Formats: sequence, C-alpha cells, structure tokens
Amino acid sequence: MTDLAIETAGLTKVYGDTRAVDGIDLAIARGGVHGFLGPNGAGKTTAIRMLATLIRPDAGSAKVLGRDVVREADAVRGLVSLTGQFASVDEDLTGRENLRLIAKLYGFRGGAATRRADELLEAFGLADAADRQVKKYSGGMRRRIDIAASLVVSPELLFLDEPTTGLDPRARNEVWDIIRALVAHGTTVMLTTQYLDEADQLADRISVIDRGRIIAEGTSSELKASVGSGTLHVRVMHRDDRDAARAILVRELGVDFETTHDPQALVAGLEDRSGVTRALTALEDADIGLAQFSLGQPTLDEVFLALTGHAAEEPTQDAEEAA
Amino acid sequence: MSAQSTAEEAPRAPQVDAIASALTSVERPPRPSALSASMSFGWRALLKIKHVPEQLADVTLFPVIMTLLFTYLFGGAISGSVESYIAYIAPGVMVQSVLFITMYSASTLRTDIDRGVFDRFRSLPIWRASALIGMLLGDAVRYTLGAAVTAAVCLAIGWRPEGGFLGVLAGVAVLLIFAFGLGWVWLFFGLILRTPGSVTAVSTIVLMPVLFGSNIFVDPSTMPGWLQAWVDVNPVSGLVTAVRAFMNGTPVGPELGMSLAWSAGLVAVFGSLTMWKYRDPR
Repeated sequence: MTDLAIETAGLTKVYGDTRAVDGIDLAIARGGVHGFLGPNGAGKTTAIRMLATLIRPDAGSAKVLGRDVVREADAVRGLVSLTGQFASVDEDLTGRENLRLIAKLYGFRGGAATRRADELLEAFGLADAADRQVKKYSGGMRRRIDIAASLVVSPELLFLDEPTTGLDPRARNEVWDIIRALVAHGTTVMLTTQYLDEADQLADRISVIDRGRIIAEGTSSELKASVGSGTLHVRVMHRDDRDAARAILVRELGVDFETTHDPQALVAGLEDRSGVTRALTALEDADIGLAQFSLGQPTLDEVFLALTGHAAEEPTQDAEEAA
Repeated sequence: MSAQSTAEEAPRAPQVDAIASALTSVERPPRPSALSASMSFGWRALLKIKHVPEQLADVTLFPVIMTLLFTYLFGGAISGSVESYIAYIAPGVMVQSVLFITMYSASTLRTDIDRGVFDRFRSLPIWRASALIGMLLGDAVRYTLGAAVTAAVCLAIGWRPEGGFLGVLAGVAVLLIFAFGLGWVWLFFGLILRTPGSVTAVSTIVLMPVLFGSNIFVDPSTMPGWLQAWVDVNPVSGLVTAVRAFMNGTPVGPELGMSLAWSAGLVAVFGSLTMWKYRDPR
C-alpha cells in the first residue's frame, strides 16, 4: 500500500516523430484535485490515457494507486474511472440505458442496475431526460451523464479529461460543484484543463505540461510566486497613450513592461513595490487616462508565459473563456 | 451558488448532496462473468437497433435487391429459366447477402472509437474481449434477419428447398458461424484503419474477390483454370457448397468440416490480432 495516487518515472509515449509524452515524472498524493494544465496538444490526454491503461507507455513506468499500469492493468481499471473527450457514453442510447449498461458491466443485476441508474440520474438532475437519447442532450447535460457514468461504482481515483471544455459558464459551475462534491467524499481527482482559472479554482496542486514535458509543479500560489512577488497591470483608457505610459512607467519603476494582445494593457513583474505611487502620479501628471491600475499576484496565464515563453492559449480562446 | 441553483430549478440542476449520497450508498457487486458482460454488450447492440432502426436497411433491402437482381439477371442465361436456377442460387445469394453485411461491423467499431464510447468500455474492469464479442452477437441478430429476408424473397419467387425447414435452418446456422469468424477480420480492420471511409473501402476490396470469385452464381466448371484454382481454395465456395447441401437435402460433404475449421481459424488468427491491437490502439 502506498500513499501516492499516481507515481510515474520517465513515462513516455511516441507517435511517429512526435514525443507526445516525453519522460514525465509524477508523484501525486491521494485526496484532493491534481491539475494537469497545458495548451491543446501538450500531451495531457495522452498522459491520462496511459495512466487509465487505455494505451501502453513506450518507455518509463507508472503506478496508479500502487498498481503498475501495464502489469496490473486490470487491477487499475477496477479502481479508477475516466471521463473525457475519449471516454464518453453511447449517443444512440438514452441516459438511463447508458447507466444501466455500465451498471450491468460492473456486475449489478437487472433490478439493481436500474435502481443504481435512477439514483444517479436523480442526483445529476437528469431524471427528466432519462428516456431521451443522449445525442439530444445539451452540452452541460452531456457532461453530467458522462461523469455519472464514471460514478456507477465509487472510484478511488477519477480522471477528468477537460471536463468543462465547450461548456457555458453555468454548466461549467455545475461541473465544478460536482468535482468539489467528489473531493469532499474522498475521491482523488486528476483533472486536465487548458483553462487557467479552472486549475486555479479547483486544483490543490498543478503540474504545468508543455510539449510532452512537465515544466513546473506546485500549488497555484507557489507557481505564481515563482514568477515574482507581484504583477502590475495597467490599462490605459486610449490605446494611443500606451507607448507614452510605458515610457513613464519604465522610467519611474526601472522594470521592463510587456505588452499583451490587449492593445491597451501593460504588464510587469515587480520585486519592489515602493515606486508604485510615484508612477501613478507621474501618469496623472502626463494626462494619461487609466482604465485599470492594479497590483496583484500574477495570473496563471502570466505564469505560463514566463515558464514556456509562449502563451497558454490563443487570444480567441481567451475571449471565449472570459465570456 | 449550488444551493441557490438547486432551489431555483431543483429538477434540472445536479444536486451535490444527492451526488455525495450516491457515492456512499453504492456497494460494489462482484465482477460479471465473461458471458454476462458479452451479453450486456449484445443488449446494447439490440438497443441501438431499437433506437436507430434505419440501420436495418442493409439487412432488409440489400438481400431483396441482391436476390431479385441475380436471380433474374443470371437465371435465364445460366440455367434457361429462373425456376431451375433458384435451387442453385438461393443458398448462394443468402451466403452473399449475409457475408456482405458482416462488413459493417468494422465501421460500427470505428464509430464507437471515434465517439469515445470505446475508451469507456476499455476502461472498465471486465473481460476485454466481451465488448467485441457482444458487438458480434448483436450483429448475429442482424445476420439472422438478413437470412430470413433472403429466404422469404426466394420462397416468394418459387424456391422450394428440398432440405425442408430444418435443412434451411442448419444451413443458416453454418452461415452464422462463418459470419462470426469473418466478423473478427472486420473488427481488426476497424481497429487499424483510421476513418470509417477507409474501413469500408478496404473491407469491400477484400470481400469482392471472395464473394464473386466463388461458386455462388455459377458452376466453377465453366471457368478458366486459374479462376477455378482460386474458387477451389476460396473458403466461401466450401461454405456455399455446405449450405447448399443442407438446404437442398443432398449429402453434406467434407465442406462442412472445412467451413467450421475456417471459422475457427479466423477467430484464432484475427481474434488474437484484434485483441493484441485492442490493448493499444492509435
């Protein structure tokens, strides 16, 4: 018996010329949510699929709840559940039929399988839609039935692969509530996401993954602290003023300001906060109108940029997420 | 947040308390047997037929068209009349219809993989082959229907099998066993080929020479030597001969044993290949 939920050493998966997962070492404790954060194509899903025994590693080893994913794959399957883009339900069947099928496959007999299916449908707010084909479900309902299918027996470890991708904010909050309920019950959740605020909200610890490698690991606060003690966000009222504002800020604070895809914004990491008031006055004196002037912890977006040298997401996805 | 939305629309939102209690209330039952897991997957296939009855078009319309087309197209030319040809072609066209339908197993599997259902099944602690066997069991229902439709059409246009009802039944049984073996070939293709389109294309290319280069429509003695050689080694010819013997009430020769051996061989070879690929598909 081990205290670790997941333990890997040099875990690797190669597809052709691409090292989809390139030597990952993980030691993830039981309990809570562990976030796997990275952009599309970073290798999150490939890593999760190896851990859930769906594909076999090309090199390295992995233990899930103390069982080897290759040699004791069947034992691992008995302890974990998987929900995600690649582990879904049958769209042609109704919600109830899907849950009954999974229940039967876990060994529930006819009546017990139906009772278990109905209990989950009720809990996930799907009782009204129980006899509708899943292909007619909304995005949020679809995600709920996917998660419900993973909870037909209580797994010790649940893999959630991008559980909120494509959901509207309300449906996303519902999924977050479900995840928090699972954690409160003692289930370990391993969550992959490309949304920085999702990892921030849910995950106790975060592994940042990029191009198949883990590039940072820690709590959200630790990751932010690694970038600097604070970040100054300035947004000018008129985009034409940005260059002038930047010159003043650089002069007063002695640090370099970065521009982002927002044409009005300026961002800089600060080690020393003492000159901030002076800088604000200087901007006022120069008649530069400000929409925002804030000093705070860096966002995970900035952390990602600092760690990888490139942004986590395309601007369009940013906008979608902010909606 | 959750308490609020629960109060506002109790029936539609997930209920966190109920989820928590659903997690604790469950006691894990003992693992299902291999047979029971396979039957559950077979049940799934039947549910899919219930929800998407259009998918029966291939097993109902296709045999009708095949039977009418080939009987009337070739009947006159080959035997002088449809009446004398029907006894020869009816068992053959049944074999052809059913074997043609088996090919769809590959695209069914491919669709499951693409939609993500397949990974859900593979992540369950069950006997690994059961999902695929269940799929083939469900298909067996479709094959039976295809055979029944073909038989009905043949009977309607004058087929009077000498082997009687039991003879026809025995012929269908041999055919279904062979179809089960052939199904593993398509499942293997479904796993290694990436798109439903390529699955169908490759399956057709494999199936055409096997179906048409056989004794289904014409007596091989009229064929050139090289083609006769192929027809003789083609397992479908042996199958057709065996099915014909049962249905026409003539003595069943060594072809029966050969057909069963081929079926077993296909399961052994392609079943193993499929299960090997099943562990780590792309």
